[in-house]
Amino acid sequence: MKSFSAFVDKNARFIFPLPAVLAILVLIVAPVVTNFVLSLYDYFVGGRPVYIGLENYQRAFGDARVWNGIRNTFYFTFTAVPLQLVLGIAIATLFNRDFPGKGIARTVILLPMVATPVAIALIWALMFNPSLGVLNYFLESLGLPRSLWVAQSNLAIPSLVLVDTWQWSPMIALILLAAMQSVPAEHYEAARIDGASGWQSFWHITIPSIRSAIVVALILRAVDALKTFDIIYVITEGGPGIASETLNVLAFKTGFQFFHAGYAATLLIFLMFTVLGIAILLNVIRRRV
Amino acid sequence: MSALASQASQRESAAQARARAQRLKLLKNIGIAALIVLTLAIMLFPFYWMILTSLRSQVDNVSRVPVWFFTPTWENYQNVIARNNFLEFTWNSFVIAALSTGFGLVLGLPAAYSIARFKQEGLALAILVARLTPYITYLVPWYLAFRSLGLIDTYVALTLTHLIVGMPLIVWIMISFFENVPQDLEEAAFVDGATRIGAFMRVILPLSMPGIVAASILAFIFSWNQFLFSLVLSGPNTRPVPVAVFNFISYGQIDFGGLGAAAVLITLPVIILTLIIQRWIVTGLTMGAVKG
Repeated sequence: MKSFSAFVDKNARFIFPLPAVLAILVLIVAPVVTNFVLSLYDYFVGGRPVYIGLENYQRAFGDARVWNGIRNTFYFTFTAVPLQLVLGIAIATLFNRDFPGKGIARTVILLPMVATPVAIALIWALMFNPSLGVLNYFLESLGLPRSLWVAQSNLAIPSLVLVDTWQWSPMIALILLAAMQSVPAEHYEAARIDGASGWQSFWHITIPSIRSAIVVALILRAVDALKTFDIIYVITEGGPGIASETLNVLAFKTGFQFFHAGYAATLLIFLMFTVLGIAILLNVIRRRV
Repeated sequence: MSALASQASQRESAAQARARAQRLKLLKNIGIAALIVLTLAIMLFPFYWMILTSLRSQVDNVSRVPVWFFTPTWENYQNVIARNNFLEFTWNSFVIAALSTGFGLVLGLPAAYSIARFKQEGLALAILVARLTPYITYLVPWYLAFRSLGLIDTYVALTLTHLIVGMPLIVWIMISFFENVPQDLEEAAFVDGATRIGAFMRVILPLSMPGIVAASILAFIFSWNQFLFSLVLSGPNTRPVPVAVFNFISYGQIDFGGLGAAAVLITLPVIILTLIIQRWIVTGLTMGAVKG
């Protein structure tokens, strides 16, 4: 027993993380490796795998539905994330002062990002309903024409962006608010004495001081937006038709509705590299700012 | 005389300027207050609408003009709970979240301690990459493996997969906690003859309790909210609430009130837990990039 604990003490750096490392190897590394192998086979769940080399990849490059998925993924991400960044900065600036109920306000903006996404998606689906939804009632009250929201092909992704923005702008705001609060008050004091306007000190003091927090927020949001699944699948299932079908949703359908495991694995490899590539790219930017 | 007059008018215009500045400031404050209220109203509206929908009768819910004032009814809740096995699904969600959080702690705490003490940044990075990779990447191989092992629709499959949601969170939150436990305390324990495991169990963990509670609650919430894994790997015996509610909408006519009630019932536990650990939510969502 004594020698056992001596052994543990000496090798603590290997033994302590061992269970977690094993879990990661079995649950994460092995599946990723399996995907590479699967992508070389024509394999339907329950059927016999047939080795076809790189045919799945060739097929994917010529598959209009894959390109549609890629386009939708980027359209969704690069509309949602910049919008959320602007709103996040605005909300953070708005909240970066003392006002009665500040604590409650901060709690309130946490709610969209912690609430169960399926529940959120269902409620938005009800609000989007073209004939009975409350959003059209608001539009009409403002004298605006009614909209079909997610029921219309070219509005499906913008409507989903609206949901994602409602859900995640607060996270960017809270990340930036934390950064803003650590900017020393003397900097603003000095600027005021030099006669800087509020706008000037925002551009020349606040933004430069929080730029690394901005990049961190962008990395996290971009990575999560690229792989958004819950709200898209619950609200539109990629529809109407394939108008809001992202790569993520297409891979899901390929694997679990068409049961074409080999082809799904190919799409997943592409999705994984896209997400990790963008994360690495943004991380390089982060080191430089 | 004229000098006096100009002095007086100067004094007056200074007072006017001050009054104007004050009025401007008041106006600015009203503007800011209005913007804050507007922001909060937008953030809260879907929740408000969820609650209203859950308390309205079906007739009011399908009215073309929204019904804002009505006598609330509990009928929707009664229907959801009685007719749709809601309690069973809730129990499934609870079991999966509790088990995966428990295993997440058993695996994650020693790993986080090791990363903090021995500066194993590579391991920390590997766990971060696991969080960044799209979850769906793992799902096809998991599905095939669990299928051939006969583990689809078992708590085993769901607990193991939800572990991948909770464990990285636990590790990343706890690293900074363990780094803040003074090393002297640990060394004092060694001098008293404690082993590494003994010091970890009796000194480090008790001192890190607030972090462990926050990390556990976060892992629980994330498992509770998980949809994708459960959608594929659960079945009649293990179906958790989000999947049950999703199936709810796939069948024919939509029962708005029922949906609202179900949405309230899934979200309520999460909101209560959030209120307890709100300081840690952003830390958890950002994998420690922002300290609570």
